[in-house]
Amino acid sequence: MAVIYGLLGALFNLSHPGHFISWGWIQISLANLIVIIVMVVVFLLAMVIPLPGKRRRRGGSQ
Amino acid sequence: MTTTNPEIDRQLTTRLRKRVVAWLPPDKLLPDTQPNYVSSWIYVFGVTTLVAMVIVIATGCVLAINGPQWWHLSSLGHFVNSMHLWSVEVFFFAMIVHLWGKFFMAAWRGNRALTWITGGVTFLASILTGFTGYVSQTNFDSQWIATQAKDGINSTGGGAYFNPLNTGQMLMWHIVLMPLALCVIVGFHVLLVRHRGVVPPFADSSQPTEVNA
Repeated sequence: MAVIYGLLGALFNLSHPGHFISWGWIQISLANLIVIIVMVVVFLLAMVIPLPGKRRRRGGSQ
Repeated sequence: MTTTNPEIDRQLTTRLRKRVVAWLPPDKLLPDTQPNYVSSWIYVFGVTTLVAMVIVIATGCVLAINGPQWWHLSSLGHFVNSMHLWSVEVFFFAMIVHLWGKFFMAAWRGNRALTWITGGVTFLASILTGFTGYVSQTNFDSQWIATQAKDGINSTGGGAYFNPLNTGQMLMWHIVLMPLALCVIVGFHVLLVRHRGVVPPFADSSQPTEVNA
């Protein structure tokens, strides 16, 4: 368990105050901004990447 | 099923069953097939949200059984607590991508306005559920959030009825009222989706939508 904690600790050092980005009256934490960007990327990918097994699927009613 | 006995046909249970089955026949509630256009990743996020919600509730039940000492001090408690948090993260993540997908698909088409509205209400209710959860963590984080939030809520005049500094009230909202409300709203949302069928993409909007039961 200590090894796992050590590995994760090396990847993500959380022992510091959060990073914030300010733009005028907008202030957002870097973590929240990253999550929003990932959501946008996942949304765009979901529209262009075909679902696996789509061609093999049978019995669709349209 | 109509009987020859008019007394039975007038019964509350008989009339209710007829109305329910007419509104949502079993083959629409649990269909054998789906329209071809559902074979897309963008249609996956609704059910992802549902699965995440089931995990949120299941882990929440385990946390409720064992209590704060357990989730703060034991390894298994930490694990279940983390499962509860991260399934909430997945829940919101999937719900927002689902919301974007349905917004750009104009998913309120085809008499689906109530489906759209119940989805929106679910989103707002989820935020309140998440908030009451954050102030129920019983740690310094929850104290900080509660003391900050009380000023905002007091500025609306709502502090007399909804007080973030009242830990017991916040916990009850989080584990009783909001889960109950969410289950009812989400359940109705899913039934509406089955009733109207999954909204087709714009390219297929000329196709009949009721055959997708």
